Amino acid sequence: MQSFLTKRAISSGVSLLLLIVAVFFLSRLTGDPTDLYLPVDASAEARENFRELHGLNDPLIVQFGHYVADLVRLDFGESIRRARPALEVVIEAFVWTFQLAVITMAIVSAAAVSLGALAAFHVGGAFDRIATFFSLIGASAPDFWIAIVAIVVFAVGFGWVPTSGTGTVWHWILPIGVLFIRPFGLILQVVRGSMISALGSAYVKTARAKGVTPKKTIFVHALRNAMLPVITVIGDQAAALLNGAVIVETIFGFPGVGKLMIDSILQRDFSVVLAAIMVTALAIFLMNILIDLAYAALDPRIRY
Amino acid sequence: MADRDMQGPLLQVQNLTVTFQTARGPVHAVRNVSWHIDRGEVLAILGESGSGKSVSASAVMDLIDCPPGIIETGEIFYQGRDLLKMSRGLRRTINGKKIAMIFQDPLAHLNPVYTVGWQIEEAMTIHGMAQSKAQAETLRLLRKVGLPDAEVAAAKYPHEFSGGQRQRLMIAMALALKPDVLIADEPTTALDVTVQAQILQLLQELQAETGMALLIITHDLGVVAEVADRVVVMNKGEIVEQGTAAAVYANPQHPYTKRLMAAAPGQGALHEGEQSSPILELKDLRKSYGAFEALKGVSYVLHEGETLAIVGESGSGKSTTARLMLRLEKATSGQAIYKGRDLFTLSDQELFRMRRDIQMVFQDPTQSLNPRMTVYQLISEAWAIHSDILPKTRWKSRVAELLDQVGLHSEHMHRYPHQFSGGQRQRIAIARALALEPRVIVCDEAVSALDVQVQGQVIALLDRLKAEYGLSYIFIAHDLPVVRDFADRVVVMQGGRIVEQGPVRQIFEHPRERYTRDLLAASLDPDPEIQARRRAARLGKEVA
Repeated sequence: MQSFLTKRAISSGVSLLLLIVAVFFLSRLTGDPTDLYLPVDASAEARENFRELHGLNDPLIVQFGHYVADLVRLDFGESIRRARPALEVVIEAFVWTFQLAVITMAIVSAAAVSLGALAAFHVGGAFDRIATFFSLIGASAPDFWIAIVAIVVFAVGFGWVPTSGTGTVWHWILPIGVLFIRPFGLILQVVRGSMISALGSAYVKTARAKGVTPKKTIFVHALRNAMLPVITVIGDQAAALLNGAVIVETIFGFPGVGKLMIDSILQRDFSVVLAAIMVTALAIFLMNILIDLAYAALDPRIRY
Repeated sequence: MADRDMQGPLLQVQNLTVTFQTARGPVHAVRNVSWHIDRGEVLAILGESGSGKSVSASAVMDLIDCPPGIIETGEIFYQGRDLLKMSRGLRRTINGKKIAMIFQDPLAHLNPVYTVGWQIEEAMTIHGMAQSKAQAETLRLLRKVGLPDAEVAAAKYPHEFSGGQRQRLMIAMALALKPDVLIADEPTTALDVTVQAQILQLLQELQAETGMALLIITHDLGVVAEVADRVVVMNKGEIVEQGTAAAVYANPQHPYTKRLMAAAPGQGALHEGEQSSPILELKDLRKSYGAFEALKGVSYVLHEGETLAIVGESGSGKSTTARLMLRLEKATSGQAIYKGRDLFTLSDQELFRMRRDIQMVFQDPTQSLNPRMTVYQLISEAWAIHSDILPKTRWKSRVAELLDQVGLHSEHMHRYPHQFSGGQRQRIAIARALALEPRVIVCDEAVSALDVQVQGQVIALLDRLKAEYGLSYIFIAHDLPVVRDFADRVVVMQGGRIVEQGPVRQIFEHPRERYTRDLLAASLDPDPEIQARRRAARLGKEVA
């Protein structure tokens, strides 16, 4: 167990390092931030001062050296745009994204797992057909389209919820609702398939021969076995949300890390981009460990 | 129909007909099946695969899924009440409490993610027993079925036990509430012969103690001979014969039963092979996986035209030896001399040439034949790989010839494996092995998965081909009666070592080693009288 965690930490550390290298140099390819931040008619001197101030005059490799040296001290640099520490800006946004991801995934998992399990119990029954139909639509619908339609219908048309921004509980409803649809469809399909094979298994036959009730057979005997492939998909979907639901956050003006990243890239605010990538990468690394631990908790045959 | 009085049989199945809706139309699983069982009695339902022997028991336990199953006619009376007329809820109160069931392959039938203690407890709590009492009972049951370290065992998961222990756990779970009837569906089929003997003995002891009725579903005449009072013989969904086990064995009436009894292995004449020159010699073969020594120095000689049987229980290393010899795995040390050359030092090219000479036939033809290739493709593939054997123009006629030789219709060469029965598929596998004109064929449990009549046919085929092609066989098997009929010499293995080797007569009639004697004693004879005598001898009593 200990050695497993150590190994995972080392391999993740290496990936993180490669990520830093790739992101640092690739982001420099997007152009010189000076052009963006100073007025078009700024003097050459002003430009030179700006470059000097932000270390943009040094050779790339020296800039990279400085950057890594600062990273070791957990200093991600300053946001050029906001004139605040980049890490602070990112964490502020990440907290929003994290809340959105956790709430969405909690609702999605509960709904998809219970409905998928019930659908599998009577394969081909009315409930199964309805659930399969809607989950397939959900899994294949593009979320930017759903987001726009949702705003038009529920915010503009009925006026039930605000169109964008944050502040009240009502602001959360549309982003969560839109983010819910695709993972829900995907996870429900996986749960259903996995449950069908679990319910056809020999140990379920044993449970029936013991006189176990159908409810207990589904939710105690079959479901825990069926959850293993489901956990993988849930983790995958959660990772996508943690990365920042870029499109949905942008459409709903939600101040999460996805929107922050897009804005910072457009603004060539490199420190923020890098900090955002590091924070989300770390979050995804932690979540993968959580998934591995969940595997071991669910299945005694898996031990690290 | 009016309820029976309590004087009737404990459990009675009457005129049961079950069909299954399939894509190809309805299939009768059982037709007009009737049997009954009483307290203290052991009834065996004997049949080959597809005979419908398990269907009536599944109907008793409400395990038939409807659809696709349909119970068309029949009644199942338990203590005079028709189970088929009861509600699902009411039947659940009988399942596990009054009528319990254990299955073949206990690993698959135990839930892998819960401790065995939890699973045994559940059998009791589900029928209303308090948790604390169920916990105490679980420990008592575990000790009772021969798992003395009960507290430790209860906290473990199914995969942490051996096959025999898992079946003991299933038995503990089934007997938790002292049922009136225990149904055992092929309870010992996947187990080693010595373990099988222990499990059957445990079942008999527990039955004698509780006076329950025991219904055993099996394909194995030996199991019937060992435990059953009465036997019901099924074929193609119908009962062809029933009676006391002794009478049915000694004096079968129905032609099917007669054929079945005649096909039981272990009754033929012993081979008396004369010694010829060695073709393959293993010298001090060793194999370790990390710290675990799977083979601890194995040496034997295969002679020209000989059938050498390697017998042993699971984990004895009998298949590992073959895999090393064929260089499917790397030996840790030792030599395998074939035609004067050490197979382990051959270059890749020499190895390629050698592979042609030593072919293998596996246990499960369903898995060893690619389901997406036709029989023609499966057999001719060998010539595509070893291109110097046969020009392409002659492939078709040679495939036809080979199919003919293994007893299949040559016009079936464009069919796929799933269109054949298990026995036919094994014939295809043999034809494929023959395509390369080998000198040696290694048969790894090649007939173990087949029904007894089919088994006999495949063995006869192998015997005939041996003479025609001058083949030598290494015949890896756990089933001693088959080995007795087929082998010239026998190597007995245990725990990675050879315990004893010699001519088949010596091994079967005058075994020197204790382990060999134990194996032979545990192996079941189809004759109930012989089994009764052995049982008595085990108990140290004289037969009356």
